[in-house]
Amino acid sequence: MKFGILRFPGSCDEVDALNAARRVGDAELIWHGDRDLGAADAIVVPGGFSYGDYLRAGAIARFSPAMESVIAFARDGGLVLGICNGFQVLCEAQLLPGALLVNANLRFTFRQVQLEVLSSGGSFTAACALDERLSIPAKHAWGRYHVDPETLAAMDTRGQIVLRYAPGENFNGSLHGIAGVCNKAGNVFGMMPHPEHAVDELFGGSADGLKIFQSMRMSVEGVPASA
Amino acid sequence: MRARVLIRPKAGILDPQGVAVERALPALGFVGVGNVHIGRLVELDVEDVSQLEPMCQKLLANPLVEDYEIIVD
Repeated sequence: MKFGILRFPGSCDEVDALNAARRVGDAELIWHGDRDLGAADAIVVPGGFSYGDYLRAGAIARFSPAMESVIAFARDGGLVLGICNGFQVLCEAQLLPGALLVNANLRFTFRQVQLEVLSSGGSFTAACALDERLSIPAKHAWGRYHVDPETLAAMDTRGQIVLRYAPGENFNGSLHGIAGVCNKAGNVFGMMPHPEHAVDELFGGSADGLKIFQSMRMSVEGVPASA
Repeated sequence: MRARVLIRPKAGILDPQGVAVERALPALGFVGVGNVHIGRLVELDVEDVSQLEPMCQKLLANPLVEDYEIIVD
């Protein structure tokens, strides 16, 4: 399978996402000005500060030519993973419910976080067990997930709350400790922590992030991934 | 036409910047301060003021978490 990794002016984690994706399949970068997604089977919207995060994080990136194609791709059922700034972009594009607000402590925070998998078996957590803990780094200033109570209840019922910060780990003050959510159809997923930075135990002591990429490959190919 | 758009966090959503300033003011001797909220101001010239509302909906504000107020001078 082939991953397409978007690159905006101001992206900074697209190369790590590219290298992570290449551990489970083929991957290429897609420049934000290109409408052609290069026959990618799945798209990753990476972390960073797209378009300088001017106005609001993700607010301008979501109107880029590449994102127009990604929105159409997602509406056709294509797999789209948004990481950190990518999660913010997908929320701004209304491909995912809710919004990311400034951390409750007002600080840019970089730390390893423990996540709980609340919904396994979907396209992004097929390689995870239910209630499994993932150890993945997070680094952001605007990661406090917020959504209105009615939408939250519906998301909970439908299993759209995929990842939650483990007890004591919700450093940004996210509603219900939400760290990652998917859309109703389950083909678009965003998370604030960075799975692409946790793909080799040599760096940071955890390769748990690889499971997200492996899950995407399993979903696309219908067979277990071998990393 | 000169226009201003005031963008504020929606009521009920934690505004940690407002809270931080609200705590800082008494420390400087300003008493009787409460309910501090911090938002954004966008000033712009527009030929067609009817475009301001869709501009706010589409780009200038995030209506999920922000309220906006359009003021045309």
